[in-house]
Amino acid sequence: MTRGSPAPPPPGRRTRTMGTRNRTRLALGIKLIVATAAAAFALVPVLFVVSAALNPSNSLIGLGIIPTRMTLDNFESLFTDPLNPFPRWILNSVVVSGLTAVIVVTLTSMAAYSFSRFRYRGRRVGLLALVIIQLFPNMLAIVALFLLLQAIGNVVPLLGLDSLGGLILVYSGGALGFNTFLMKGYFDTLPRDLDESARVDGASNTQVFLLVLLPLVRPILAVVGILSFIATYSDFLLARILLSSTENYTLAVGLTLFLREYTTEWGVFGAAALVGAVPIVLTFLILQRQLIGGLATGGVKG
Amino acid sequence: MPSSRSSRKEGAPRRGVPSIPALVGRLIALAFIDAVALVLAYALIEGDLLLGAVVLAIITLAINAFFLIERLYPLRWIAPGLLLTVLMVVYPVLFTVYIAFTNYGQDHILSKAQVVERLEGRFFVDEGQSLTWRAYRSADGRFLLWLEDSQGNRSIGSPRAGIEPVTEGDPRFGPIDPVDGLPANIDDYQKLSRIEVVRYLTAIEGIVITDDVAQVRIASLDRAELGREKYTYDARRDVMVDNETGVDYRSEAGFFVAADGSRLTPGFTDFIGPANLTRAFTDPNVRGPFIGVFIWTFAFAFLSVVTTFGLGLGLALVLNDKRLPAKGIFRTLAIIPYTIPGFISILIWVGLLNPLYGPVNVALRDIGGISPSWFSDPTLAKVAILFVNTWLGYPYMLLVALGALQSIPSDLYEAARIDGANALQQFRRITFPLLLVAVAPLLIGSFAFNFNNFTIIELMTQGGPATPGTGTPAGQTDILISYTYRLAFASGRGQDYAFAAAVSLIIFAIVAAITIFNFRLSRRLEELT
Repeated sequence: MTRGSPAPPPPGRRTRTMGTRNRTRLALGIKLIVATAAAAFALVPVLFVVSAALNPSNSLIGLGIIPTRMTLDNFESLFTDPLNPFPRWILNSVVVSGLTAVIVVTLTSMAAYSFSRFRYRGRRVGLLALVIIQLFPNMLAIVALFLLLQAIGNVVPLLGLDSLGGLILVYSGGALGFNTFLMKGYFDTLPRDLDESARVDGASNTQVFLLVLLPLVRPILAVVGILSFIATYSDFLLARILLSSTENYTLAVGLTLFLREYTTEWGVFGAAALVGAVPIVLTFLILQRQLIGGLATGGVKG
Repeated sequence: MPSSRSSRKEGAPRRGVPSIPALVGRLIALAFIDAVALVLAYALIEGDLLLGAVVLAIITLAINAFFLIERLYPLRWIAPGLLLTVLMVVYPVLFTVYIAFTNYGQDHILSKAQVVERLEGRFFVDEGQSLTWRAYRSADGRFLLWLEDSQGNRSIGSPRAGIEPVTEGDPRFGPIDPVDGLPANIDDYQKLSRIEVVRYLTAIEGIVITDDVAQVRIASLDRAELGREKYTYDARRDVMVDNETGVDYRSEAGFFVAADGSRLTPGFTDFIGPANLTRAFTDPNVRGPFIGVFIWTFAFAFLSVVTTFGLGLGLALVLNDKRLPAKGIFRTLAIIPYTIPGFISILIWVGLLNPLYGPVNVALRDIGGISPSWFSDPTLAKVAILFVNTWLGYPYMLLVALGALQSIPSDLYEAARIDGANALQQFRRITFPLLLVAVAPLLIGSFAFNFNNFTIIELMTQGGPATPGTGTPAGQTDILISYTYRLAFASGRGQDYAFAAAVSLIIFAIVAAITIFNFRLSRRLEELT
């Protein structure tokens, strides 16, 4: 299913005449060079950050693409530096992205069930509203969100400015429109006979949803969940505006602190970048097929 | 727009009478939602966000109806998502519109009522009225002042109860001292002699007695100053009257302004109409930088799509060749940039492009003897941003193009070969047009994404280099969204929330137009059945 491991090159087909054979050889050689160059282009920053992470000097001076000296000191200081509480940031990022994913999956699957399985007045209006909402990404309303959370925070600090709770609400609220649409499309592909026969057997609406449909839509639940996790994990704008204290930062905001104007710590930054990126990279590579199917429907990852 | 195909009237599926546990569970869920809504509504009212409270009230009532009216059963499944969407998307968007037409910001944070209250709390010293005072002290260290003005009017001032005139024969008074005609004690407050006063001087000097219209402060060992209310608000005329000078300050565009143009601070939040929107195009201090930002936003988004799609398509053509060895490895390596969270890759590139020690410039110095300063020259900064964005974005286009290439039927190529078309002609006449039709919605989506790509601008240049000598914090590489951010939060020139909201409105309009166009193109609206 996945393309994590390379497929062996197919044996060259000999369907051409001898004359074109050299030409295609040449073309293939050029393609091979281009592909190699592209791979190198893609890998330069990766090698550079590995080299920085392993380099003992913590500065850019003399730092090349290829690691020369190796040490794990940077990884160690990553977890011990009290000024830059990296473990906290990772934890915050995972908590915020994880809860956002759970909320988004729960609420969108419920709404999709309603839109897909029931016929009622207002349904079309609701679907139209879902489309209209997608016209207005809430991250563009940064001023209003800031003031809204400020007001909420005066009464419920756990959901206000500089709180992870508030951030989660903003992220999940903003992700519902698009994902409900995606989810509804998937629910629509399941035949209604399934629900009907379950009802004949005496299942309630809730049982139909939980026991019959949810197991069948698991692939889309996973796609929506993982995509919202990654999108939230990668967001910089809202986290930058809504969080203000270092220990509440998510990784996206915290990472910039390693590269402050007068105190750049490239080594520690490199280590942090690796720890922060590797899980996401692996998730993507392993689930390529499924995720790209979801993305092709219109989502663009940041 | 949705095609109005006849929708089958099925109604909700048959349902029996709800069981008791189901009913209880439903009511508990409803009570929870209502409680949350109530707390939030309280927060919004406290924070002066009345619009928010109204929106919240409407949506909460609607949800109650869903849960209590059996016919609305299917809407119960939507209720929680609806609540969150209204609170975090619909309301913020409406609120942005509202703010854009006010002057909300740095000098206009408070509401008018709050400003009136503050101004009415100010006092001026009435030079003509000087008071003499005597102090009384209670055993637990509290004080009263016996005050007498030049006309011989006497009153008692208490830091707690304010100022009240002395009534003859007040029952609280102790025996009258024949020397000064003052009571020896008032309740349990004992009169202090001049010598005792010196002992408590520090405490007494700090006494300020304030009531609605006057204020008394200790000025010297026997003199006190009388302060009178500086401003009084006349609600009928909507005028703030200066009681000291007699000048009227009219309420005008968020300030109380006198006839000679002088203003009282702080200002208050007020409607100013479309001034914020017109300011972007007419204010000579703002127009130039704003139009610069506007053009660069479009250029950046457009060029990003062109470079990423160009590179992605080119690579797709290479990797689509079935005879290429190790295709899988190349493909995986090529999409690596897509899998790394953007904020991490961008910061890595900031290091790679460091003008002094970055490997890119070290190499350029060694090879060509040049060392471009990527972040301080406006043109180079734009080039660097586009370059990094190409690296970030081409793998998405590669995946998209690979998918689209595989969906082009191969018999088209067979036919073209038979007609004698060469590879270039096949690409121009078959591949490219068919591909473009298939990926157009995604290209537009990518345009809209980059249009608001705050992350790359903020992490690479913070919008810089700065534009010198302008009245607005727009840098040379700022796009509209990062400009909004700077206006509202990060310019060091104070928070101009209102103008930031106006710029957000402009972005909303553009993004909505792009998205509508895209929906039509991708026929998503037809799914609305």
